[in-house]
Amino acid sequence: MQPVLRLRSTVCLLGRFPALAGLDLDANEGEVVLLSGGNGAGKTTLLRLLAGLLPVHSGEAEVLGVDLTRDRRSHRRELALVGHETACYDDLTTRENLEFAVRASGLPIDAATEAIGRLGLAPLADVVHGRLSAGQRRRLSLAIALARTPKLLLLDEPHAGLDAEGRAVLDDVLADASKEGRTVLVASHELDRTRALATREVVLTAGQAHGALEAMPRPEPART
Amino acid sequence: MNLAQEVGLVAGKDLRIERRARVTLQQILPFGAIVLLLFAFALDPDRGVLQRVAPGLFWVAVLLALLLAVGRAFTIETENNARDGLRLSGLDPAAIFLGKAAAIGLQLVLLEALLAVGVVLLFDVSLSSIGPLVLATVAATVGLAATGTLYGVLAVGLRMRETLVPVLLLPVVSPVLLGATRAWEAAIDGVPSDAWPWVGVLSVFAVLAVGAGMLAFGPLLEEA
Repeated sequence: MQPVLRLRSTVCLLGRFPALAGLDLDANEGEVVLLSGGNGAGKTTLLRLLAGLLPVHSGEAEVLGVDLTRDRRSHRRELALVGHETACYDDLTTRENLEFAVRASGLPIDAATEAIGRLGLAPLADVVHGRLSAGQRRRLSLAIALARTPKLLLLDEPHAGLDAEGRAVLDDVLADASKEGRTVLVASHELDRTRALATREVVLTAGQAHGALEAMPRPEPART
Repeated sequence: MNLAQEVGLVAGKDLRIERRARVTLQQILPFGAIVLLLFAFALDPDRGVLQRVAPGLFWVAVLLALLLAVGRAFTIETENNARDGLRLSGLDPAAIFLGKAAAIGLQLVLLEALLAVGVVLLFDVSLSSIGPLVLATVAATVGLAATGTLYGVLAVGLRMRETLVPVLLLPVVSPVLLGATRAWEAAIDGVPSDAWPWVGVLSVFAVLAVGAGMLAFGPLLEEA
């Protein structure tokens, strides 16, 4: 398996606070890595650093073959981040937001239509983002991320706000990741559910990786 | 996508949002008209004064409306953290700059057309030399839109951006106010040859503003 990311003694400061304090982490192609840890452990910071949205203040960080200490932009077309907010425009419809993201990524417009179908967003295609519920917005975020067909998918609390159907779709996305050769990092407090789908777990505490890094069994995903 | 297509994508997105939200139509245009009306009330009944200062009043009204347009252009990128979507999209930052500046510029053109009618009707001014007047207006609008876009992204991540943008932007665009006012005075007085040097000044300012924006917008967006 090809290495997708490699962090060594990586430090990321938010102001003067070391949100990541010498983190070591590796992930290979097709892995689903669960990032667990309490509030403020550094999960969101890690995902944003991997996306190139935050700088590496010291240490090494290589993602998708790009050294992030030198270049934080080149790898962005090959990854997708589902963050706490949707990064969408309130006055554009579901379809318009998706089409903008797809066209901006240089992909054919069909990718938007396909993502709408996959995430069950067809009934909401012509509804403006400002009128969507929290769960519907989360689905739209996932649809945009998947439409970009990323090699690296970064999910920050992806279960938040999702209903049972949405969670089942998310389970499918995680379960299909290995088959599609996609690496996924999931920061989640839904530990049981995500552990069932992850290939391994990394526990973050105070900006450092601790705990089990062993391969995990992959039972059938829960559907509740 | 090439640069022109990316510019069109960003400008089209911003204009579609404005068409749907109607902030330009329902707030910025009326604001500009109200400013002209207030000047008319303040300086009446001496209409001779109004005619003499009409070019300056017109461009002051445009500058004040520019502040609203710039604020609006970057508010939509702040809501739902949409600027992260732009940063991760893979779009060329220069294209994002040009697209947003083009959208602001088109809104300003609409505003200027309305205000020009207002100046003719309220201040009893005749626009005799259309050539230099139109060229001065186009050059001034390009300069204002480019500078506004650059200072808009500079302040996008700051809590006090609503008050900071006017303080930073207005001094920088004062040459546009001066040049455009002088060019309009010459055109209105029927001495178009006096307008051309100011059209030159405005054109140089516009070229410098666009060039600086294309270079600086990317790093500023990363830091926003």
